[in-house]
Amino acid sequence: YLISLSFQQRIEIHKLREGENLILGFSIGGGIDQDPTQNPFSEDKTDKGIYVTRVTAGGPAEVAGLQVGDKIMQVNGWDMTMVTHDQARKRLTKRNEEVVRLLVTRQSLQKAVQQSMMS
Amino acid sequence: MSAAMDTESTYSGYSHYSGHSKKAHRQGRDRHKSPRSKDGSRSEKSVTIQTPPAEPLLGNDASRAEEGQDDNWGETTTAITGTSEHSISQEDIARISKDLEDSVGLDCKRYLGLTVAAVLGLLVFLTPIAFILLPQILWRDDLEPCGTVCEGLFISVAFKLLILLIGTWALFFRQPKADLPRVFVFRALLLVLIFLFVFSYWLFYGVRILDSKDTNYQGIVQYAVSLVDALLFIHYLAIVLLELRQLQPMFTVKVVRSTDGESRYYSLGPLSIQRAALVVLENYYRDFTVYNPALLTASKSRAAKHMAGLKVYNVDGPGNNASGQSRAMIAAAARRRDSSHNELYYEEADHERRVRKRRARLVVAVEEAFTHIKRLQAEEQQKAPGEMMDPREAAQAIFPSMARALQKYLRTTRQQQYRSMESILQHLSFCITNNMTPKAFLERYLNPGPTLQYDRDRWFSKQWTLVSEEAVTSGLQDGVVFVLKCLDFSLVVNVKKIPFIKLSEEFIDPKSHKFVLRLQSETSV
Repeated sequence: YLISLSFQQRIEIHKLREGENLILGFSIGGGIDQDPTQNPFSEDKTDKGIYVTRVTAGGPAEVAGLQVGDKIMQVNGWDMTMVTHDQARKRLTKRNEEVVRLLVTRQSLQKAVQQSMMS
Repeated sequence: MSAAMDTESTYSGYSHYSGHSKKAHRQGRDRHKSPRSKDGSRSEKSVTIQTPPAEPLLGNDASRAEEGQDDNWGETTTAITGTSEHSISQEDIARISKDLEDSVGLDCKRYLGLTVAAVLGLLVFLTPIAFILLPQILWRDDLEPCGTVCEGLFISVAFKLLILLIGTWALFFRQPKADLPRVFVFRALLLVLIFLFVFSYWLFYGVRILDSKDTNYQGIVQYAVSLVDALLFIHYLAIVLLELRQLQPMFTVKVVRSTDGESRYYSLGPLSIQRAALVVLENYYRDFTVYNPALLTASKSRAAKHMAGLKVYNVDGPGNNASGQSRAMIAAAARRRDSSHNELYYEEADHERRVRKRRARLVVAVEEAFTHIKRLQAEEQQKAPGEMMDPREAAQAIFPSMARALQKYLRTTRQQQYRSMESILQHLSFCITNNMTPKAFLERYLNPGPTLQYDRDRWFSKQWTLVSEEAVTSGLQDGVVFVLKCLDFSLVVNVKKIPFIKLSEEFIDPKSHKFVLRLQSETSV
């Protein structure tokens, strides 16, 4: 049977320069001004945090190890659990930063090992 | 005679009569009719009952006396009543006897009440005038001369009496619309009150004024004025007790007809049971569809078939266990796998289809017939004097083209007894005169209408009996049940009190209506 665990991870993304913009290669959803019940990734439907909704293939985020469904807790030390959607976007797309260090929470389902139960 | 009414006659009177014997003793019956049923168009509910003759729909009017040309004779009869032409069933006997009894008894009771009230009213009206005139007549010379104030009082007495007269006429002088079993309590109370009142005034007048020959004429006139004032107040009391108190609805009654379950709800104020029954009956004639015994034969035959198939044989020896037997029969009937529900379903679907088909044919036929008639305008009337017809002739001209479809439809919906050719022609000419469309003409035949719409002969319900466990003059209470019986069916009335309503208020500021968007946007970074 499956157990649900959540563990935190630190991910460092190096932004990619495309023309004038620095892109990270993922999309975010959520925020305190959004409707938390429509978030497909959150376990608790009142959670208004920022979640990763898409990761572009081959982009900097995927390379760094970010996955769809991760909840972003901090960006470069800034708290992201109680911010609006626009504030979150701004914190991720600061022009003078080339590297962003994210603290994310990921839920994963792990199979319980049969042997550990039997022993 | 009560035995005749008590026994169950399993033979229902109407559709099973043979047209033959019916017509023969219809002429005989006319002699027994009480004269009251002919005069007055108001429906007095105690009027005698006439057995409705089954007239043929398309039969020639002139052939009424001859039996041979009755088209529908073969179809509408099922049982032969007796061997002689002049056979009368038990129900007929009951009716005739009720006829004769009632026509004598009720007259007395009703007219007695009316005469008492009329005499009292006249007395009361003349009293003030008598008070004023008697001193003038008896001791004119001793009286003080009547000054201005006194003469002013004459005018006031005159006008107040006039107002009282008009008010009494408006309130009380109405044709009695019903005859109730018990005396109307409030009216009796008022009559007693008025009588006591006037009596005490006369007493005082007699002792203090007539005996002592009081010479103060102004005082006497003022006494008469006070009497008239008090009478006006009694009139006000009468309005409140008799009319106003009942207006506010306090009870809801549910009326269910026992034969087919048709039900209606009415709102009533605090009335006595007999007056509530009166209101229910007045609304019955307008709201309930007419009672048609022909529609009940299907369920009766089904019911007969249920129990008919089983017989109980007592194998274990003598012993008359009647209740055990009937219970065994019921259990066996329930267990038996009969397919009568199937029959009912298919029969009803069939009937529905047939009715719809006939109805479609009827509508088309009537529409076609109506296109043949055109109304002539005033100018055209002088120009084409050739073939002008009045509505009746126009109706007779187009009737044959729709007659067959109409008759078939009426037969299918079992209304044919209620519609005679004469009434259809009358209705047709009425519709033509008033520029009605075919649909308006047909509205009367496509829906079974209320009882009032039909000829009084077909009502099946003119004499009513109120059956109640409580006294009929007691007021309505929550949960009271009473039954209004007539010979063929009964109306069961159930009274419920309107609940006490607690209404509270909530104020909403119109500026407080604010909304917010619920989004889930996705931004790529």
